[in-house]
Amino acid sequence: MAILDGKVPPGSIEEKWTNHKFNMKLVNPSNKRKFTLIVVGTGLAGSSAAATLAELGYNVKVFCIHESPRRAHSIAAQGGINAAKNYQNDGDSVHRLFYDTVKGGDFRAREANVHRLAEISPNIIDQCVAQGVPFAREYGGTLSNRSFGGAQVSRTFYARGQTGQQLLIGAYQAMMRQVEAGGVQLYTRREMLELVVIDGAARGIVTRNLRTGEIESHAGDGVILATGGYGNVFYLSTNAKQSNATAIWRAHKKGAYFGNPCFTQIHPTCIPVSGDYQSKLTLMSESLRNDGRVWVPKSKGDKRSPEQISDDERDYYLERVYPSFGNLAPRDVSSRQAKFRVDEGRGVGPSGQAVYLDFRDAIKRLGEHVVSERYGNLFQMYEKITGENPYKVPMRIYPASHYTMGGLWVDYNLMSNLPGLHVLGEANFSDHGANRLGASALMQGLSDGYFVIPYTIGHYLASAALPKITTDHEAFKATRSDVEARVAKLMSIKGSCTADDIHKELGHIMWEYVGMSRNSDGLKLAIEKIGKVKERFWNDLRVPGEATGTVNEELEKAGRVADFIELGELMARDALHRDESCGGHFREEYQTPDNEAQRDDANFCYVAGWEWKGDARPQELHKESLTFENVKLATRSYK
Amino acid sequence: MGGASQSTIDLKLKVWRQKDAATGGRFEDYDATGISTDASFLEMLDVVNQRLIKGGEDPIAFDHDCREGICGSCSMVINGNPHGPERSTATCQLHMRKFNDGDTIVVEPFRANAFPVIKDLSVDRTSFDEIIAVGGYVSVNTGNAPDANALPVPKVDADQAFNAAACIGCGACVAACANGSAMLFVGAKVGHLALLPQGRSEHNERVLAMMDKMQELGFGNCSNTGACAVACPKDISFENIVRMNREYAKASIKKRT
Ligand SMILES: Cc1cc2nc3c(=O)[nH]c(=O)nc-3n(C[C@H](O)[C@H](O)[C@H](O)COP(=O)(O)OP(=O)(O)OC[C@H]3O[C@@H](n4cnc5c(N)ncnc54)[C@H](O)[C@@H]3O)c2cc1C
Ligand code: FES
Repeated sequence: MAILDGKVPPGSIEEKWTNHKFNMKLVNPSNKRKFTLIVVGTGLAGSSAAATLAELGYNVKVFCIHESPRRAHSIAAQGGINAAKNYQNDGDSVHRLFYDTVKGGDFRAREANVHRLAEISPNIIDQCVAQGVPFAREYGGTLSNRSFGGAQVSRTFYARGQTGQQLLIGAYQAMMRQVEAGGVQLYTRREMLELVVIDGAARGIVTRNLRTGEIESHAGDGVILATGGYGNVFYLSTNAKQSNATAIWRAHKKGAYFGNPCFTQIHPTCIPVSGDYQSKLTLMSESLRNDGRVWVPKSKGDKRSPEQISDDERDYYLERVYPSFGNLAPRDVSSRQAKFRVDEGRGVGPSGQAVYLDFRDAIKRLGEHVVSERYGNLFQMYEKITGENPYKVPMRIYPASHYTMGGLWVDYNLMSNLPGLHVLGEANFSDHGANRLGASALMQGLSDGYFVIPYTIGHYLASAALPKITTDHEAFKATRSDVEARVAKLMSIKGSCTADDIHKELGHIMWEYVGMSRNSDGLKLAIEKIGKVKERFWNDLRVPGEATGTVNEELEKAGRVADFIELGELMARDALHRDESCGGHFREEYQTPDNEAQRDDANFCYVAGWEWKGDARPQELHKESLTFENVKLATRSYK
Repeated sequence: MGGASQSTIDLKLKVWRQKDAATGGRFEDYDATGISTDASFLEMLDVVNQRLIKGGEDPIAFDHDCREGICGSCSMVINGNPHGPERSTATCQLHMRKFNDGDTIVVEPFRANAFPVIKDLSVDRTSFDEIIAVGGYVSVNTGNAPDANALPVPKVDADQAFNAAACIGCGACVAACANGSAMLFVGAKVGHLALLPQGRSEHNERVLAMMDKMQELGFGNCSNTGACAVACPKDISFENIVRMNREYAKASIKKRT
């Protein structure tokens, strides 16, 4: 085991980033165009990074699996983005956002990163407004805010229920401007299938052209992965169908440490599963909990329709258990409470796997038009999917896999342990600890892309000795043939199960044993079962069609499922080793008498960084210990 | 249990199959039996595809990702309508409860000059990105922004700008248009940015550059039928085209003088 160094700069928490910016080396403006940077991913993190790096003068090559960069999964974010603007004059500050995020993450994030995020947050809003992002406004013309879980101030900026769309369009447009200006070369429908490492440094990638099947190589001076999270390891999740872990998993197998893989977020308010055909789960934004009240019947197995259940027969359990945060308790806590109620036999709907989110009182208090103004598009979305009208009957919701706090380990400069490999956005492990607060992922993606990487990568480029290399280098040739062999292998199995069959099977195991609550026996069983799934995959997979000359979505899926299987196993191992409960990681053996997560700071106050050791051996654990100098380590309470 | 119905229906599909842009295509018939009425249209196609793969056939290619009506990936023409018969609905949001047992459903790709078929129901819409690249933005580098509240924007303007900015770039407007015009797409972007003070200063250059690019890429002219706005899953208003025509005329005159 090695000790991981987060390379946190010295000085007081308020001064670290400012001093660090001054102390980092700069690349002379006329030298910037001599450097080629590879950016993989065009979500908020990737697009904002690509646009900004090209503005600075770097030569940027951008890759995404989508047909257009604007289709990245960030487009689907609904509720909003946090920033410590304190426009509401309700007591917000950089320090409070920092504090809320560290506490919300259950003290498993690096303080210095979180503080930087809070410091940068106001600049993000300024930048987005300047780009023409149409945030919600008050009649006086100033920006509006709403509240999200885990906070007692209103600091969330939003654009109706389409905040991610509007922010991504802003970043995408800024990037397209650089495409036109020649600073960005865009490679769409390209999937990164390998990282190329030369003399220990990340120097390029190998991609598959998803239209033609061609395997292509690209060399650069630095590689930036912004490929999103791995929530689809559960098969059913709120993530877009193509969201995947392949880029980060391939990098992991090339030496990058994987940070806290078991820290995944199960979002409390999603439309419940309805049948086998189900391909994804739809999120109902957390913002709904500003006005919606969550409840189940007080008595078990009460099958009456909701309007027949009077108020004193209802258990508004979040308000009961957490009087000060009520329906706005953080996500991990709210999800777990929903599970407890369902496990007690008090779930609602045909399968009993749901709870109510009720707007009756809000409609009474505010009128239907106000509720519709606030949440109209979400209500409409709900009605389209379920065929039920939430103005009349309460929504039925249940938790679903939504976000992954874990990801590739990075230091303060967002560089992994592999020199030159930088990781941004949901793909890294960095800022959210064991639980992310609502509206903080968009903030982190744009902070990483617009305001952090443009500085820190310059420092790397100016400090490293980077000999010129081309794709003729031996390492490229070898990596290419690895990729070709893998594709050929997937095509050659010709078994009887589809990639979806196997993915669903993996998903069931992950949800059952590595989901909302975990225990040692279950995790051991999961590891065993995942091993069997892996065997079935490599012996009985069927990929139809050809690998080249045309689009083959089944082949794309197969490659991603293969990686999800291995990652799923690592998640279980990580969850098994972490003998404590914290944030989204709830180990049944470690809970307080009133069923709250019980951390073990004496033994587990660290980031777990896992090192790949080859197919035959389990990963090795490395630790980055976390110190809390500015927020006192305390038991989280939302009561 | 998402919906409460729990019933299934049997359907006949006529689906356009085409290997690639260079090869001609044709309709093929498929049975889609035992489809849950709670499933979405894309989930129905998933079920059909899983059966095709297991039967040794090539699955039907179609674009999709978010499956909640926001990424603009899904396309296809269903019974003659881009994104199907429901108003304000993308294909991924269309649910099978809108169909009846025994229905025959005809499924084709979006058809337009500027959207060549890639395979089956999947078409190439990268021409939209090319239009954005020539001017669909505010030219502001990272780090140059004043405080976000320094310039108040009247709520009505912000709301209108949002309505235009809600475009998901799916291309249904182009597919619905007899001339394959992209006026609604371009009008929405021009409108979004023109309605905000941040976007005003380069407004003339923007509208000229985007319109010229649109023509260069093989999109047709607008003949004011309004079919685009009817097909739009996001209710982008035809107003955007009217506004853009006005602005284009003004910008052209300005450029000449
Ligand atoms: C339904 C939903 C609602 C949400 N709402 C909110 C919210 O209101 N507020 C909030 O803060 N957060 C929200 N989140 C979380 C947030 O949207 C995401 O965490 C964030 O957008 C991730 O951005 P990203 O740039 O890291 O990655 P993504 O947006 O996921 O982008 C990944 C990119 O990588 C590319 N890519 C992936 N793999 C490869 C590969 N192998 N090769 C090449 N390219 C690849 C993709 O094409 C894509 O361009 C929400 C999430 C969901 C699912
Ligand atoms: S799949 Fe994203 S809009 Fe339909």
